Amino acid sequence: MRFFDWFRLSRRRDDSADKARERLTVLVALDRQGGGGPDFLPLLQKELLEVIRKYVEIDQDKVNVDFQSGTGFSTLEVNVELPNRVLEARAS
Amino acid sequence: MSKVIVVTSGKGGVGKTTSAAALGTALALRGKKTVIIDFDVGLRNLDLIMGCERRVVFDFINVINDGIRLNQALIKDKRVDNLSILPTSQTRDKDALSQEGVEKVIEELRKEFEYIICDSPAGIEKGAYMALYHADEAIVVTNPEVSSVRDSDRILGILSSKSKRAEHGDDPVKTHLLLTRYDLDRVQRGEMLKLDDVLEILAIPVLGVIPQCGSVLQASNLGMPVVLDDKSKAGQAYKDAAARLLGEDIELRYVNPEKRGLVDWLFRRSA
Repeated sequence: MRFFDWFRLSRRRDDSADKARERLTVLVALDRQGGGGPDFLPLLQKELLEVIRKYVEIDQDKVNVDFQSGTGFSTLEVNVELPNRVLEARAS
Repeated sequence: MSKVIVVTSGKGGVGKTTSAAALGTALALRGKKTVIIDFDVGLRNLDLIMGCERRVVFDFINVINDGIRLNQALIKDKRVDNLSILPTSQTRDKDALSQEGVEKVIEELRKEFEYIICDSPAGIEKGAYMALYHADEAIVVTNPEVSSVRDSDRILGILSSKSKRAEHGDDPVKTHLLLTRYDLDRVQRGEMLKLDDVLEILAIPVLGVIPQCGSVLQASNLGMPVVLDDKSKAGQAYKDAAARLLGEDIELRYVNPEKRGLVDWLFRRSA
């Protein structure tokens, strides 16, 4: 019974709480990004990623779309992080 | 000076009504004139948790729409001085809450009560907006579980953009985390998010941590706010949280393992 839990405790367990924390951290950051912007941002981000991937293989989290609404105008900031080796390959 | 405090969460079933009832009662026990308002129109439950369901004659919605006086709808708690409940309607829907009507009731309550606790419905629909709109402070009730934490973050965003304070450019709504259903054993086994994880993600100060405790269900069965059960750990934790709301600096309980005797430890006796 409970006594045998001791054996489980002494091992390093598969830590699902850690997984939960990691998933949440990413998700909440994404939610916050999308929160203030128009609905098309996630789709825009996805399509941008697809276009860039035609030329350069990059990870999903390397395209960052940020929407800022100001008075009178809004700005859309797109940040794309390319891996180092691509640039080096092109240069040579 | 009166304070309007919304008890909210986004997600349903995390313990909003239990928490609103417990904290409101604890504040009244500390001598503060307190009223708890049920904003969950159509799914009224606060009266049930407070054990005054058979005393409801008129409600919040009657006051807003039907010319009933506030004093006719307010129910004075029989166990605790200084505590009143404003029940809501079981038959109408959220559309019965008009912006002006709610505003008028809150302003009137501000004259009479020191603490006005708004028990929000779940979701981010009209009822939830109405409940948080007038808030000076917000208690975000969260379970250590992914969907609850995510929804809490969403509600924090809404508080900072859609509340009256946000719209008027006043000081932002002061937010507090109330972590409920905290099971220390499961946290230690790595099966449940720990307080620090939730704090890191939501980045708001903690008001209290309420341990998972059988006494909460028992209290709701009886229609008694859990703080009236002196033996309940959850009740103690709610009293501590209420004291922190009043500005007292009290150490968190039930977030670290208790020292146990060998026999207790071997058999993992849980209180």
